[in-house]
Amino acid sequence: MIGADAMVKCLEAENVEYVFGYPGVAICPFYNSILESDIQTILIRTEQNAAHAASGLTRVSGKPGVCAVTSGPGATNVITGIATAFADSIPLICITGQVDSSLLGSDVFQEADITGAVESFVKYSYLVKDANEIPRIFKEAFYIANSGRKGPVLIDVPIDVQNAPLRDFAYPEAVNLRTYKPTVKGHAVQIKKVVGELAKAKRPIICAGGGVLLSDAEKELRAFAEEYKIPVVSTMMGIGVMPTRHPMYYGMVGNNGKPYANRAMNESDLLVMVGARVADRAVSQPDLITENKILVHIDVDPAEIGKNVGAAIPLVGDAKHIFADLAKEKFTCEHTEWIETLNEYRATMERKRDPNPEYVDPAEFIRMLSEQMADDAVYVADVGQNQIWSCACHVVKNGRFLTTGGMGTMGYSIPAAMGAKLAVPDRQVVAVCGDGSFQMSMMELATMRQFNVPVKIIVLKNNYLGMVRQYQHFTYADKYSVVDLSGSPDLEKLAMAYDMKFMRLHTMEGAQDAIEAFLAQDESVLLECIIDPTDLV
Amino acid sequence: MHRKVLQLLVDNTSGVLSRISGLFSRRGYNIESITAGVTADPRYTRITIVTSGDDEILDQIKKQVAKLVDVRDIKELKPSESVYRELAMIKVKTSAEQRQGVIAVADIFRAKIVDVSKDSLIIELTGNQDKIEAFISLLEGYEILELARTGIAGLGRGTENVTYL
Repeated sequence: MIGADAMVKCLEAENVEYVFGYPGVAICPFYNSILESDIQTILIRTEQNAAHAASGLTRVSGKPGVCAVTSGPGATNVITGIATAFADSIPLICITGQVDSSLLGSDVFQEADITGAVESFVKYSYLVKDANEIPRIFKEAFYIANSGRKGPVLIDVPIDVQNAPLRDFAYPEAVNLRTYKPTVKGHAVQIKKVVGELAKAKRPIICAGGGVLLSDAEKELRAFAEEYKIPVVSTMMGIGVMPTRHPMYYGMVGNNGKPYANRAMNESDLLVMVGARVADRAVSQPDLITENKILVHIDVDPAEIGKNVGAAIPLVGDAKHIFADLAKEKFTCEHTEWIETLNEYRATMERKRDPNPEYVDPAEFIRMLSEQMADDAVYVADVGQNQIWSCACHVVKNGRFLTTGGMGTMGYSIPAAMGAKLAVPDRQVVAVCGDGSFQMSMMELATMRQFNVPVKIIVLKNNYLGMVRQYQHFTYADKYSVVDLSGSPDLEKLAMAYDMKFMRLHTMEGAQDAIEAFLAQDESVLLECIIDPTDLV
Repeated sequence: MHRKVLQLLVDNTSGVLSRISGLFSRRGYNIESITAGVTADPRYTRITIVTSGDDEILDQIKKQVAKLVDVRDIKELKPSESVYRELAMIKVKTSAEQRQGVIAVADIFRAKIVDVSKDSLIIELTGNQDKIEAFISLLEGYEILELARTGIAGLGRGTENVTYL
């Protein structure tokens, strides 16, 4: 057995089903060994998307997705995908081939110091120098990626290490890391304090972030909120923690969120932030969320607590454990009046839109689309105006809403949707993007076709980079710079080139039927919606 | 702004110093000095970092550093509960007439003369930073040709705060 065989064996031991990647000489031993395995390889069309596809797979399966690329440009191309996963705490395993270890540092062909380059975007990285270390390193990598505050781990393997013989192969049963021991269980004293405050609070609210989904704690949080009638709002990454139409859910907060969600958070007297970073887009003025209220901050990463705002009650731990512990405490509370107030806000404070009837109204279209989508469907929103409309209008039932909140990486939706579809082939997966973000990842239509991954794609087309155009409209008084996308391909012809079904919608007339036909397709289908270029989110 | 001395115990892996110094530069934290050396147990390295910032920043520094996978332990070495030492080597230009004067000052500071040439001396001095600053300022009348300082290393006093490995 050689190092490359051991790498594949490690992936098998971790029950990896798919590896997304792009080969090159430096990773060829690995891609040769993987032929002997049942693991399916997906040849992505550009390396960045290998990480995005792995991210999509991770987020619906809960298991770290794996990508494997070659040295040099292969490795550097994947960095944006790694950084995107890092910003949203998505666990990934990124394997990079590397030049022969005796040549490291001598600037040979396709050499890049990838462990150095990704240092600030990974949770941890390894440069493997001895093939006998491969089992331990892989075991640790999967554990580190998927525990505590999750995140990507990179393993750089020089080609000679991949080709080196191993004495024997034994995948470790357990990790033995002397220095890494994340706190998952909440401190009992702090939990008592939280319960004490919840019992006293007149206007409590829970703000759920992406951490709740990462710890698979939606059910626990929902049950807790229902039992004690505590209203819930969410950050962008927390969308889907509660079904949109849940009576206790009051929408997304932040500068792109619902006005009633922000108002609810600001007027509360007890705010429980859970699995949320208090990042700038969700909370533009961190001082406000401690003003006249008690802030409880629950996070598995102690460094997030107190980073942007000081919490009255810090509580370090994994959301699933903490809500399980909270559920054991019994207390009574009464806030009917608060709920009535919030219900009134929700009923009266929705932003009014004035859509142009000449075009498809993206807000109404997304609402109609998501209402018709299956109960457990996966909706992947890209970045741009489409993301804001998706956040505002997508109706989550019991499925998932995926998007890149931290990094805001354009082109995420198509590869992520592909990864998600491979993980849950029986579920409906829809990617919604703009014409800018679509063109950043449209090469993956070939991957979808080659590996028969039937993703449904919506392109909201306005021939502009709408989000930047909107910014220039407000900030530079309609002086537009580098936002015109004319010259984009005819999507009907493009779909034909990739053997995809194509549909186009010009106005809201017939939208209901079009959506029905779109969702009924078993194969990949592209639906282009022509939207008003002057529309603002 | 406060100055603080942090003591870290980290896994003795390749690149660990770069991970730590990289974290400081990336998040905009100051490093006044950093020293590292392997401990009695060769699996671990002890690092002493002198940093500065307000209380919030210092709290974040501790948390962010503690989060690094290789970091076993981080604690603050408070001046009242710790001993700090720094080593300085100072090469002073000395003519034959000046030599005795420099040696006399060095003697007062219990510094050692570790090299003599016909027109220079190298002085080795160990102490806390104030002592080293004071010594350097006493050499103002002479020409310092080269100066090398290690940055401080420190340990907490007594056995109360020992991290057992």
